[in-house]
Amino acid sequence: MRYAETGFNLEVDLSRGSVDRVETDPGLTELHLGGLGTNARLLWDRVPADADPFSPENLLIFGTGLLCGTPAPGANRTIVTTLSPQTRLMAFSMMGGFFAPELKYAGYDKVVIRGRSPKLVYLWINNDKVEIRDASHLQGKGAGETAELLRQELKEPKAQVVSIGLAGENRVYYASIEQGRSSASRGGVGAVMGDKGLKAIVVRGTKDINVADPAKFMSLANDVLKYIQFRATNPIPGVPAILSGLGSPQEMAIHDESWHTENFAWGNARTRRKGFWTEEVEKTWRETQENARKRLISCYNCPMKCGATVSVPNTPVYMMKCYSKLTYTMAAMSDLEFGFQIAQKATEYGVDAFSAPQTMAFAVELYEAGILTDQNMPGFPTDNKERFYWLLDKIVRREGIGDILANGTYWAAQQIGKGAEAYAHNNIKKHEQLPLKLGMLNPIYFLMYSTGEKIGITQIEGQFPQAPFNTKEEREEFVKDWFQVPDEKFKQYFLDWEPRGENSNPYYPTVGMSCEIVDWMEKMHYIDDALGVCAGLSSFPLKPPYHMHNYPLFISAATGMDIDEAELSQIARRNRTLVRAINSRRGLRRADEKPPEDHWKKRFPELEEQLRDEYYKFKGWNSQGIPTKESLHELAMDFVGEDLERRGIIKNEG
Amino acid sequence: MKVKKKIKTIKVVVDKCNGCRACEMICSAFHANPQYSSNNPERSRIRVIRDPLKDIYVPVYAGEYTSAECMGRDKYVIDGKEYGECDFCRASCPSRTLFKEPDSGLPLKCDMCESDPPQEKPLCVQWCINEALVYEEREEEVEEGEMLGDVETGLEAMIDKYGLQKIADTVARISMSSKC
Ligand code: SF4
Ligand code: SF4
Ligand code: SF4
Repeated sequence: MRYAETGFNLEVDLSRGSVDRVETDPGLTELHLGGLGTNARLLWDRVPADADPFSPENLLIFGTGLLCGTPAPGANRTIVTTLSPQTRLMAFSMMGGFFAPELKYAGYDKVVIRGRSPKLVYLWINNDKVEIRDASHLQGKGAGETAELLRQELKEPKAQVVSIGLAGENRVYYASIEQGRSSASRGGVGAVMGDKGLKAIVVRGTKDINVADPAKFMSLANDVLKYIQFRATNPIPGVPAILSGLGSPQEMAIHDESWHTENFAWGNARTRRKGFWTEEVEKTWRETQENARKRLISCYNCPMKCGATVSVPNTPVYMMKCYSKLTYTMAAMSDLEFGFQIAQKATEYGVDAFSAPQTMAFAVELYEAGILTDQNMPGFPTDNKERFYWLLDKIVRREGIGDILANGTYWAAQQIGKGAEAYAHNNIKKHEQLPLKLGMLNPIYFLMYSTGEKIGITQIEGQFPQAPFNTKEEREEFVKDWFQVPDEKFKQYFLDWEPRGENSNPYYPTVGMSCEIVDWMEKMHYIDDALGVCAGLSSFPLKPPYHMHNYPLFISAATGMDIDEAELSQIARRNRTLVRAINSRRGLRRADEKPPEDHWKKRFPELEEQLRDEYYKFKGWNSQGIPTKESLHELAMDFVGEDLERRGIIKNEG
Repeated sequence: MKVKKKIKTIKVVVDKCNGCRACEMICSAFHANPQYSSNNPERSRIRVIRDPLKDIYVPVYAGEYTSAECMGRDKYVIDGKEYGECDFCRASCPSRTLFKEPDSGLPLKCDMCESDPPQEKPLCVQWCINEALVYEEREEEVEEGEMLGDVETGLEAMIDKYGLQKIADTVARISMSSKC
């Protein structure tokens, strides 16, 4: 018997209309755990290096994490992996909610989609019974609407559905895959689903998931629950409220938005609005939110409440997750009510709530600058809010200017020309980012933003504080119960980190320390993404319940594999390197690895080069950021090295 | 005859439920054999009836098994929204699959996590750290009577379905064949 995992993938070829249940190799679990790890392995093994994201040979993989469906709290992530139409690199977008556990209970670890259906279809997975069904009646339907219709059609109120809206059908580069209270948004995974002609996957599962050592596993899971309770009543002192707890940012619960509204840039990452958050604004926004929010809601088997059901006048009810609350509001420089309203439409259309508002604001800016004119945009409204609705509609339909804007700011700027490139100023690797504008370069974040493979920079923050604490006493207090550190030295790094003076940014943490810290942050993310555990309970917040010391115990108790910290580190490193190799093979080089030009006001070109150099070395990559043969050998991935060598991407140095 | 008995109950605070279904998961894990070796919400004796867009989050415990369909098909309107009676029914009944073992179709019933030694609190209550489920104990005078265990409830359901004779024959046949 396989423990924790089911041991079976569902292989669906939409070109041929075939469905196969395929037993997987337990050896791959030992090498990569699951989730992102084995997803990456499938992509490496089976998708040609030069495949177009919009081609039948691109795979779209819905992978559950290794611990999904077990009693481990918060283990509910679906990791969607494919080649991104926007970045042209590997995309891996995670969603919480209820899909992954349901898929596990249906008896599958992954759904691997290949090919392309000539007509729109959906997939109905009901335990062992799997069918590809006609979805022509769902064409043009909203993502949430589709889910409801399918549950009714199949008479399965308990089925879980992932679906795309119009944006996905029309291959908008930043189309999302929606799942009620969660979505896989970054990297354009919804566009690939649309390209494949797949409107939705419906799953219902009623089978068991087994764990190898029940008593041990339950005691670990209970500890996690206890810790979550402890943290709820003991927020971390000395950090902004948003960083003091667990879960993803509690945007639906909090009202005080002074930090976001005054520190993030509005428009297309254009304007900081210092002094925006007045008492009057606070009052209106509070009222708007109180009226709109029906209930705070969770993902499967997690007590945190990071999402909400939202109901605003004249708009159907929907579910919202963290930041979409602010992204449309801030892009349009409008009020919160507008944000809640347009987000409903955008969610039904299925677009990424970071890229979509920024692209729309980008269009408005180009229009105001005279780069786009009434000729390009006939009928463009004069009212600000109406403009955003107008743009959203054009984009998801790929109509007129919308056809260009649907490719995201990077590609749209290239197509528009006339200086539009200067307005696409918030991208990393051709992808829109959080509209942050900061002062002094932070070496840790420089590395995470530049070299991260996840590409959405919101997704990579970690367990090490983002900024030094003011006083030594506060720092000493912080490290006292900081047992999550994988090594004691990190406490000292933090203790010595000062807001000003010699030991401050950008030269402290030193290059060497920065490499080690970033490596730790990354490692946790790669483990979470292989296990399917929510980053909000692990790699994302300070002092989380899951960490380097209890994860090996969880994995061992769940699977029966005997894993220690060193081995787990090695697996994380292997997965991280494999993702890098996939991207290297697709042309990712050092020159691509940089944050947006104006992300930090104060930049340090020499230091930045040094940071990249050292980090690459630390990771076992060459000066272009490509994994070396030796490091691939150490990670038991010689076949990757040989492939890279055969393609002339790395030279035979032996 | 009336006797004093400790009544264990669970108060459901619907307003606090966030729909996480941890209760379903842990109930099924607790009742797995060996305990916690597997889980499957479909085997749970508590179900969270969820309809997020209608803001319905109602944890319902499996109650008695009814051998016949009830007469009720009433509609309820709560806060302007319409619900079917079955939406909230605790019974395992022939007309629907709720509260039945997925493999055998046998009815499930909440047993308050009876175990030896007894649990401090039922497992679903322990795992619902949002306090939507609140454990309560009180003394009450009740009619003395045997509570049906899992096996009996299951057998009763089988007898209803196939008739006593057929079940008896089957049991006899199985016990014969397992002897040799
Ligand atoms: S912490 Fe929040 S986002 Fe993460 S699993 Fe729990 S409810 Fe979902
Ligand atoms: S564990 Fe509690 S909050 Fe979660 S679904 Fe069950 S009753 Fe609701
Ligand atoms: S009290 Fe125990 S048996 Fe009853 S529903 Fe809760 S966990 Fe299940």
